[in-house]
Amino acid sequence: MSAPNKKDKKELTIEQKINRRNFISFATFAVLAGGAFEGWRWLYKSPPEVRGVTAGAKKPLRKALNKTELIFRRFFSDNHLVKTYPKEMAAKYVRVNSDIGVEAKKKFDPSTWKLQVIKKGGEVLQISLQELMALPKTEIIYDFKCVEGWDQISHWGGVKFSDFIKHFKLDDYAKMDYVGMETPDKTYYVGIDTPSAMHPQTLLAYEVNEKLLPLEHGAPLRLIIPVKYGIKNLKRIGTLSFSNNRPRDYWAEQGYDYYSGL
Amino acid sequence: MKVIKEKHSLAMRWCHWVNFPLLTIMIWSGMLIYWGNDVYTFTLFGHTFFKFFPGWFNKALHIPFRLAEGMSFHFLFMWFFTLNGFFYIIYTIISGDWRELVPKRNSFKEAWLVLLHDLHIRRTAPPQNKYNAAQRIAYSAIIVMGIGSVITGLAIYKPVQFYYLAWICGGYHFARILHFALTIGYVLFFVIHIVQVILAGWNNFRSVISGFEVINEEPKPAIETNNDERPE
Repeated sequence: MSAPNKKDKKELTIEQKINRRNFISFATFAVLAGGAFEGWRWLYKSPPEVRGVTAGAKKPLRKALNKTELIFRRFFSDNHLVKTYPKEMAAKYVRVNSDIGVEAKKKFDPSTWKLQVIKKGGEVLQISLQELMALPKTEIIYDFKCVEGWDQISHWGGVKFSDFIKHFKLDDYAKMDYVGMETPDKTYYVGIDTPSAMHPQTLLAYEVNEKLLPLEHGAPLRLIIPVKYGIKNLKRIGTLSFSNNRPRDYWAEQGYDYYSGL
Repeated sequence: MKVIKEKHSLAMRWCHWVNFPLLTIMIWSGMLIYWGNDVYTFTLFGHTFFKFFPGWFNKALHIPFRLAEGMSFHFLFMWFFTLNGFFYIIYTIISGDWRELVPKRNSFKEAWLVLLHDLHIRRTAPPQNKYNAAQRIAYSAIIVMGIGSVITGLAIYKPVQFYYLAWICGGYHFARILHFALTIGYVLFFVIHIVQVILAGWNNFRSVISGFEVINEEPKPAIETNNDERPE
């Protein structure tokens, strides 16, 4: 039999074994590293998404944001409440971070303001601040969180969004997937998924620190939605609408996550 | 006589080299996010030694005004970072490799001797297996830090849905500080790690790619101990 001979021939020296294993592993390493680098370059240079309800992000990254939203939406529950604080801990000077849509130079008279609720068939329900203030008031003192990374404990008062829906018999509208809100001048606008809007801590707020809102904080009515970043807390709500599609959203058009939930 | 000595499993090498670019991307995208509210400083007794980060630093790395982009990268690569770490931990537990990794009772005392040896103050280093005592502590700590980054990260990412995580981390505000501090920890780890790898030399470095080290072994006496316990 020639088998033993063949085996002898194939027996590698220790040096050969070392070289062979080095070659295989370093070559594999180089190929994988090259592949990873190419993959990164593809992602980094990937084109921006097509402008729509969202814009400003790279196409694959927007896709990832939307997929990630679906996963984390499973953890959303009306029973998960934002932490609340005693009144003494609320900031006396509440930070004003943005004036888009409520710029001081813009003419606006809060006394003639009415909330415009867009209903089916173009019907518009007009609601005055007095009507809203006649509803049960809910107050919340919580840690307001900005997408930039700062947070501040602040004290707000207003009508629970879910109370508002019930009182004005908008329940059928609240079965739709999204709520859209815009400033009267239409320069700032947000889209909120209805479960977040109906969360028990979401307010249509008209008070900060137990006083009526000043203009820079969104007088006469603003959104306070603790399950979202500050970018979704629209000041000076002009119109409110419902839809099964995502309403336009100011910061989602600037590359931010549409959901932006906390 | 040269002998091949197996050192690192394929799984460990895979996780190590996958983690390296992932962590780099997480730190970089994290810096794009942190810029949005860059308030942290290193301050002792009222004196600020260092601001995270100086303007020239941000400018050099092209960091400003990329918050949204940073978030979109961070919230994609967090999945890979977490899965890779999870896989590593599961593998290390199941394979039993944790025995070579987790610090032993005397590791903390020994690590001091290792440090003295590395600083050329002490001539001999304590005997070791795969990792010395200092490595056991450092490589276990980095895993704990990784878990910490995932937990503090989730606490910042969804502080309402994961309110219990935010609570564990000392609140939303403090969770962000911890998340940042852990990142600084990675950078410090990286610097020391690189220096040590260079000092340890080629054989050691190769083992994290090829899996083995080459050692010179004294030829053993050719007497085989006869083992009676043969399997039937």
